[in-house]
Amino acid sequence: MSLGRRIVMALAAPVLAIGFAVLLSSIVLVISGSDPFQAYKDMIGNATRLEIVVDMLNRGTPLFISGIAAAIGFRMNLFNIGVEGQYQLAAFFAAVVGAHIFLPSVLHVAAIVLVAMVVGAAWSGLAGWLKVRRGINEVIATIMLNAIALSGILAWLTVEWRDGPLTPNSGTKRIAESGWLPDLNSWLEVFTREITGGRELSAVLLFAIVAGIVYHVFLNRTRAGYDLRVSGYNAGAARAGGVRSDRMIITAMIYSGAMAGLVGLVDILSRYHRFDADFFSGLGFAGIAVALIGRNKAFGMAIGALLFAFMDVSSPILQITKSATREIVTILQGTILLASVVAYAAVSRYRQRDEARVAAALLAEKGVA
Amino acid sequence: MGAAIELTGISKRFPGVVANDRVSLTVEEGEIHAICGENGAGKSTLMKILYGMLMADEGRMVVGGKEVRFRSPSDAIDLGIGMVHQHFMLADQFTVLENVILGDEPTRSLGRIDFKKARAHLDEVSKSYGLTLEADELVENLSVGERQRVEIIKVLYRGAKILILDEPTAVLVPQEVEDLFRNLRELKKSGATILFIDHKLQEILAIADTITVLRQGRTVATVKPKDVTAADLAELMVGSELPTPTKVGSTVTDRVAVEVRGVTVLDADERPVVDDVSFEVHHGEILGIAGVEGNGQAELVDALVGTRTVSRGQVLLKGEDATNWNVRRRREAGLAYVPQDRQREGLLLVAPLWENVALGHQTRPPFVKGIWFDRKGARARTEEVRRDFDVRTPNIEVTAHSLSGGNQQKLVVGREMASEPEIFIAAHPTRGIDVGAQAQVWEDLRQARAAGMATVLVSADLEEIIGMSDTIVVMLRGKIVARLDPDTVTPRDLGSYMTGAHLPKEAG
Repeated sequence: MSLGRRIVMALAAPVLAIGFAVLLSSIVLVISGSDPFQAYKDMIGNATRLEIVVDMLNRGTPLFISGIAAAIGFRMNLFNIGVEGQYQLAAFFAAVVGAHIFLPSVLHVAAIVLVAMVVGAAWSGLAGWLKVRRGINEVIATIMLNAIALSGILAWLTVEWRDGPLTPNSGTKRIAESGWLPDLNSWLEVFTREITGGRELSAVLLFAIVAGIVYHVFLNRTRAGYDLRVSGYNAGAARAGGVRSDRMIITAMIYSGAMAGLVGLVDILSRYHRFDADFFSGLGFAGIAVALIGRNKAFGMAIGALLFAFMDVSSPILQITKSATREIVTILQGTILLASVVAYAAVSRYRQRDEARVAAALLAEKGVA
Repeated sequence: MGAAIELTGISKRFPGVVANDRVSLTVEEGEIHAICGENGAGKSTLMKILYGMLMADEGRMVVGGKEVRFRSPSDAIDLGIGMVHQHFMLADQFTVLENVILGDEPTRSLGRIDFKKARAHLDEVSKSYGLTLEADELVENLSVGERQRVEIIKVLYRGAKILILDEPTAVLVPQEVEDLFRNLRELKKSGATILFIDHKLQEILAIADTITVLRQGRTVATVKPKDVTAADLAELMVGSELPTPTKVGSTVTDRVAVEVRGVTVLDADERPVVDDVSFEVHHGEILGIAGVEGNGQAELVDALVGTRTVSRGQVLLKGEDATNWNVRRRREAGLAYVPQDRQREGLLLVAPLWENVALGHQTRPPFVKGIWFDRKGARARTEEVRRDFDVRTPNIEVTAHSLSGGNQQKLVVGREMASEPEIFIAAHPTRGIDVGAQAQVWEDLRQARAAGMATVLVSADLEEIIGMSDTIVVMLRGKIVARLDPDTVTPRDLGSYMTGAHLPKEAG
């Protein structure tokens, strides 16, 4: 396939999906008596302000990491629904440990990150172990482990570890400043003179970029990554090729959970420095959407995370300008997700047929020559 | 009696394969008609077309005197055709009655199930066909044979007069096979027409009124059981117009490469599928394992490669006890493997060719450098395989999916041979590839044999087994029943050993 053709093929699905989602949302907006063009204009205009860009990046960072966590499972045909429980449990323990240790700055942050990754990996690895040892489907196991983590362990321990009995909603003790991550606002000043309006760009963004690169390189360039991909392509062939499926399942779940551990770090290291009742939830499930939209590819997921973050930060502006109801954002996200899954399937089927046809044609040509 | 089913010129193509090539088949009303042929001969495709699961590309289907065109199984069911699948589709926690009516429940008002009516209908069906079953027994308590009877009743309950049974004996023990046959004769007496797919020749000869043999998607013969022997059928199934590999001098050494000692493999029901098998393969030797498919060869191969647990006995590779080694360890010890089912076990259909060529060898150069997967090395090796094994492809970046079946097979054989293995386990290495490529694989095997490679060759192609092997063993029902000298054995003899028709006194 020529390069041009490949690019067209690669872009066809996302463009189709977004186009369809915009069309459908526009219809909804028209029916509900709003002007779709005004709404989209407001959203885009709003997103060009620096403070909103910072919001978008801070929101996109955990979404992207969560997407990677889900994608590691997907690449092996494991459906890790448990990122939600894994990252919240990880964030809680990271916050508790972080608040009770005192270390020089870099070490302190490193310890918090390590705790988060280990807890996430352990919780996810448990689901992997259950699958291998007891034959429990990972979807069921992770859903149940979510419930245990969120409604069980966290509901109980947050009370145990809250900062004083008189402050019911304050959450765990605040982490000392040595365990805070500096913001990246000074880096922004290199690009623009605009002020950030009190927003701080979280340095966890750098973690996310590194995580994306590691994910990509590990999967595509290392031998262990090859083993993992092969297991996802065809478990039977992988087995005959010497890949131990049981070990691969546990490994993939552990990697996925360690990645999930990083999802909560924006809040722990940069924003609140504690785990409390208002801790941001839902990122684990959103990550599944990001992975689906991004086709489990690092670059694709980065775009998907930014797209979702853009829509999330746009919803308040719609409320303010009254150009549309804010729920339209949810409709947009939902339709993009659904449409992209359908569009990817359609394009990949077309591509496969096209490839077989081109291969046959090329051979026929050679046969004549 | 007229023809219940008449198929003329049925063709069905899949990408790269012609599964059915102008097949014709006439089934008389009230007979038991067996369709036999090797795996891949097109039996299942033909039955799926007849049952409406697939649509033929060409051809005419006449059922009960009327030309029909099925779009789905429900069209077939409407005309009284029912299918009993090889793998049962029953809910274990339901009773027999509940399973039988599942999906076709008689209802009373408010959608309540009318169990009384259902039971009456079931009794009527059971009685008229002479099939007995306890209607309230849970399916999980039934034996395999009884479950199959539930499947048959399920089909009859829906009014089927023509039954298609897909390899019904594959899952049964001998006594259960006898029960099944008794039931089938009962059914026939009650006016049912039965289409019976199988490749166990003895069984076919025992039950069928008429036998149609398929080979490579074509009808090769329709015969009556009284006119043929098992050996005749075997010959019809595998054919003899294929080129014959010619013998060359022996290169067998006295160094043992593979030793199998009393190996027993049990299936999920704890029945031995490989039963106390022992043999040795020396460096420079090709051991041919002959047998009608489904007699334990596949499981034996799995045990050799390491994808299946050995219950009793030992596998020794180059003198070391490898019984508990995993697949990777065996491969690193110099074992290569061509699986029987290339799509399921051999290939990554959605991945480019160079990733496919690395599979199974990814822990060794040229595919690995430290922790890194060596893409350059993998591509170079793939180009070699493509050139040396004549894999027809525009380039090595296309996915394995876009190759034709024969080229996929050449890619798999090529990748295994290119690793210069010392031990080679080949299950049907030349199945589905064209005559030229077949000759080439034989030549490669022979060269590697001369260089000291030990080969275990499982094949259903008798000419291949006889022409290539230094020693032949025959497997029947999991056991090795004969050791034969390829220089003196004829395909006809071999066929009769494979089917168990060969009595000991004739052997002497």
